Amino acid sequence: MRLIEQIGEWFDRRLQVAAPVREVAEHPVPRETASWWYVFGSAALTVFMFQVVTGIMLAIVYVPSASEAWNSLQHLNHDVTLGWFIRALHGWGSNFMVAIVLIHMVQVFLFGAYKFPRELTWMVGVFLLLMTLGMAFSGQVLRFDQDAYWGLGIGASILSRTPILGGWLVKLMLGGPIIAGAALSRFFALHVFVIPGLLIFLVSLHLLMVVKLGINEWPMPGRVVRKATYEKQYHELTKKDGAPFVPYAVWKDMFFAGIVVLAIVVCAVVFGPFGPTGQPDPTIIQTVPKPDYFFLWLYAVLALLPPWLETAAILGGSVVVIGVLLLLPFLSGEGEKSWRRRPIAVMSIVLIAVALGTFTHLAGYSPWSPKMTAWSGEPVPEKFLEARTALERKGAVVFQAKQCRNCHALGGSGGQRGPELDAVATRLTRDQLIRQVLQGGGNMPAYGNNLNPAETTALVAFLETLHPAGQRPARDASQASIEGSDAPNTAGTRP
Amino acid sequence: MSIATENDTTITRRRLFMKLGIMFNGLVAVVLAVPLVRFLLSAVTREHQDEYLSWVALGPVGQFPEGETRLATFRSPYVTPTDGKTVDTACWVRRIAGEEFQVFAVNCAHLGCPVRWFPQSGLFLCPCHGGAYYRDGERAAGPPERGLFTYPHKVENGVLSIQAGELPTPGGPRAANHDNRERKGSCV
Repeated sequence: MRLIEQIGEWFDRRLQVAAPVREVAEHPVPRETASWWYVFGSAALTVFMFQVVTGIMLAIVYVPSASEAWNSLQHLNHDVTLGWFIRALHGWGSNFMVAIVLIHMVQVFLFGAYKFPRELTWMVGVFLLLMTLGMAFSGQVLRFDQDAYWGLGIGASILSRTPILGGWLVKLMLGGPIIAGAALSRFFALHVFVIPGLLIFLVSLHLLMVVKLGINEWPMPGRVVRKATYEKQYHELTKKDGAPFVPYAVWKDMFFAGIVVLAIVVCAVVFGPFGPTGQPDPTIIQTVPKPDYFFLWLYAVLALLPPWLETAAILGGSVVVIGVLLLLPFLSGEGEKSWRRRPIAVMSIVLIAVALGTFTHLAGYSPWSPKMTAWSGEPVPEKFLEARTALERKGAVVFQAKQCRNCHALGGSGGQRGPELDAVATRLTRDQLIRQVLQGGGNMPAYGNNLNPAETTALVAFLETLHPAGQRPARDASQASIEGSDAPNTAGTRP
Repeated sequence: MSIATENDTTITRRRLFMKLGIMFNGLVAVVLAVPLVRFLLSAVTREHQDEYLSWVALGPVGQFPEGETRLATFRSPYVTPTDGKTVDTACWVRRIAGEEFQVFAVNCAHLGCPVRWFPQSGLFLCPCHGGAYYRDGERAAGPPERGLFTYPHKVENGVLSIQAGELPTPGGPRAANHDNRERKGSCV
């Protein structure tokens, strides 16, 4: 024991770090901040270090070459002892890191911690969020499979819409005219050197400011931040009611960090590594590329934005969002910190969370995409064929063969791109059905060039039977008045 | 007093040296920056443009039946040693009649996902966000703002060739030349 002390003293005489480290560890923090709400920042740092360690382990085996990357991942998954486990740890660690960084940000926002004098801490935090998302995206590229290949295509397509510089930026991103070896090498350099380097620098800056400015006190309704008085009040608070960070508050950080790492390990063991999916072979086009979990909301937004708004929304939207995040502490740098007195802040968080959650949920089953196999794999349910005429049944065949089913569900199965057609005859008259089929419109292609008159007649006859028993099909009111009766104008109607 | 003056001049001289030192380092940095920036931007400059814009043969025209649309694969004209399978790409070849062709990129004009051809309904459908195109590549439905990208093509000695060394993107420099203005007549 004595020997260890002596060795320690020998080093500290030369390094002289023990005193400043002790000072940082024991700096007083407001007593109420030793709370479970204040553990997310340290947890994010823990997961980052966890990612660095598991990332270095993967780099021992991974080959950052477009011709070898996929094979080296298969080798890791199947041949290298516990290679699958390290991949799973790194993959799940990435998901946890994004989640924890987001939770940390929400907590900081709701507790008003971005206000004076911690504006710069918040701004550095915004860059840390962007870097974290950059790591998540570049990491997905390194898992060089079909999703990665087409994901790069999506990235290039978005980037190419930048005015003037678009084509130039795409080549800079891909390192050449197409998605190939140079693109992977670039993303490897970004993921392994550039972004982690920036992360380490910015995390240090972030932590330095947390220590220098002190942890944000627990927000009390009515305790208002004023630039002139805040620092004095904070120092009085820590002096009067402060406690040393170590050990008073740190044990909660330690426990939570441990729980998070354990959760990653459990997820890795139970769910295993992510992919790789199919080989990055662009001649295989039977693929449905999807981004990783934390970019699914964006995938949904890109499907749902109207075409005319898309470029402006993607390019302008990202500038606005990042701009607002960076300017937030200047827009509301003073005033109430407590979320109890900031209804707009709370509503914004709820709105953003609900929106992101909804988009993510939608992207899970992407109702906007045609179901490519519905026409051949999901037959027309029997109830739509019973007691139908030959013409109507022929129409059902046309309905399947022309792949209407890929976009339109019948009896709950089929694509969801267009409306379900179980009761289409109650909404559209015969004439309207014919017009819709031949000319399309409302996001439906026109089939006029692809159906002969006999097919159209049969198809429309079938569609006219699609109404619930006991509910009359739609009819043209003007036609009825001309005919002088209220009899339906449609042929083939049945009760 | 005299010492102070002496000190002042000493400091000024030292400061001058420091400034010269900074300028010297700045000069070295600029000299070094030229090749470094050139290296970093080499992908953007047109160094290999002649190579990747050269013609690639897709095969004899006989492979492509008239009135049909077939998937063809080709190797990018510009290959680097670590590209692996990524340089083998696919395209949709539509032979309208005789030597009249349309060659579409598989990349959706929305965000580049690979579109699939459905001859039964005469549509190209995109699996990502539901873009749909008619057989002549014109936009039919969904988020794309335009029709499918077409590659410049030619038929020489009975062989169909295309110019396809560059990833087509909605805002790409060649996108304007890639649209369907060359299309003739109806798509039936």
